[in-house]
Amino acid sequence: MKLSYRHQQWLWGYIFVLPVMLGFFIFMVYPMLHGVLLSLYRWNGLGPKEWIGFGNYVRMFHDAHFLKAVWNTVYYTLGILLIGVPAALFLAILVNQKFLKGKKFFRMAYYLPVVTMMVAVSMLWKWLLSTNNGLVNYFLGFIGIPNINWLIDPKWAMPGLILMSIWKGTGFNMIIFLAGLQGIPKTYYEAADIDGASWWHKFKSITLPLLSPTTFFIALTTAIHSFQIFQQAYILTEGGPQEATTTVVYYVYNNSFQWFRMGYACAQSVALLIILIVATFIQMRLQKRWVFYA
Amino acid sequence: MLSTKSSHNWRRQIFIIFVYVLLGIGAFSMIVPFVWMISTSFKSLNDVFVFPPQWIPSPAHWENYPQLFQLFNFGRYYLNSIIVTVSRMAGMFITSTLAAYAFARLRFPGRNILFFMLLSTLMIPFAALLVPTFVLMKNLHWINTYWALIIPQGLGAFGGAFNVFLLRQFFLTIPKELEESAIIDGAGPFRVFWSVMLPLVKPALATLAIFAFTSAWGDFLYPLIVTNTDNMKVLSLGIAGFRGLREGMTQWPLMMAASTVSILPTVLVFLLAQKYFIEGIAMTGLKE
Repeated sequence: MKLSYRHQQWLWGYIFVLPVMLGFFIFMVYPMLHGVLLSLYRWNGLGPKEWIGFGNYVRMFHDAHFLKAVWNTVYYTLGILLIGVPAALFLAILVNQKFLKGKKFFRMAYYLPVVTMMVAVSMLWKWLLSTNNGLVNYFLGFIGIPNINWLIDPKWAMPGLILMSIWKGTGFNMIIFLAGLQGIPKTYYEAADIDGASWWHKFKSITLPLLSPTTFFIALTTAIHSFQIFQQAYILTEGGPQEATTTVVYYVYNNSFQWFRMGYACAQSVALLIILIVATFIQMRLQKRWVFYA
Repeated sequence: MLSTKSSHNWRRQIFIIFVYVLLGIGAFSMIVPFVWMISTSFKSLNDVFVFPPQWIPSPAHWENYPQLFQLFNFGRYYLNSIIVTVSRMAGMFITSTLAAYAFARLRFPGRNILFFMLLSTLMIPFAALLVPTFVLMKNLHWINTYWALIIPQGLGAFGGAFNVFLLRQFFLTIPKELEESAIIDGAGPFRVFWSVMLPLVKPALATLAIFAFTSAWGDFLYPLIVTNTDNMKVLSLGIAGFRGLREGMTQWPLMMAASTVSILPTVLVFLLAQKYFIEGIAMTGLKE
């Protein structure tokens, strides 16, 4: 009886995982390998393919537009990491205060942008960031800041996208930080209070180290996610002005479906994949130095 | 003694006010854009450029909403989004619960290797697969079909591995004894899965449903690659299309009406099922 259940398990096990594994091999593994292969050809998507070996990769490193796109993407990602992530932590700490009334309301308010469709929100921000009639400039006017040409000035276009993305994504990271904060045992703070520690001291010596696994998780996922920015650039600025918001994925998209340099686009995709995998491994290594597991 | 105590209280009061003010400013800047979006959607194109901005449009131009459906193919986009979202969710439910249960509980050769391979796809961003996905869909003759929009995600491709992972974790927390008694009674693996285990993971399914819903509803880059006719556009592509209609002046009121109508379902679901959202994120965040 028992033995037969074991053999039934084999059969049902394969049947149960079959659909997901089919999806995995047909729509992920096969395209990925095919993409690597295509990256070795010059191909416009329709005509014959011409084998050029690593030609596309060599070209990529000499392509000022591609390098600019990489820089733009790094700029965007750093903006989110250095401003968005600390902002999320800050908000989480505020919402976590014991005396606070209306926690539910604040959590809801900060999370609202997260659930909304990115394209719709991008449209909204295109309107909010408009130079003469935008709400952002209107409110900045109250504190004496003259109109900024958000989406028109190459200097300001990327900060505009970063501002919007932080608005959209902070609530998500805040909730994760909040869960992390609530996981820190109260006894640590009580002991510090007895010693008369200041709030800064408590933050530096208790909160930050004990929160570091959460911070690591957030930094890693946010960086990977930010590196793939596309929609905001597509809707708000169409990569402009003067390529100021042409990100890697946006450039890949243009190469593929606007200029039909399919092989070249595949090489860029492979580069994107390698960058993300390498970044993940570097962060995993660094993690040992600054993440503290209690 | 007394004076230090009162100065302490004083500082505490200031701190409390400080917290409320900052959180208030934050909440204000999260909500006001939505208010502005709705307000703009009821204006005429002329009212939009009035300065200082008018928060309550008078007169209210309700006709912007019916116009969306009359002047554009908006109804069709909406229908497409509903079809795609519902089908993807149904497919995702079936395929990922089955796989998650098998990976958690059924013993079969190669199980761990398959699971590891599946998880490693989480590292592959869809953005890295644009061209080969397009070529694949073209060869399958699936460009501009619902098949292309539904099947891969229904089978858990492009991020679905995460659902399998979460559900597997959830199945692992359920005590084995519950299954064992069913097995002794002679139930096969499918019966055990269907009548014993599935009812127990309902809370996790509710969370996954919500995430699956918001991600399918807002999906953009994928449909952009596999569809190009107006009739096959989903909502996100439809809205992006308005961006191009620049005959002199941008139609802000219509665009904001479109945005309002398209974010409405997710916002409603969020307000009704807030608990599952918040718990769900905590669950995903703590997966380490």
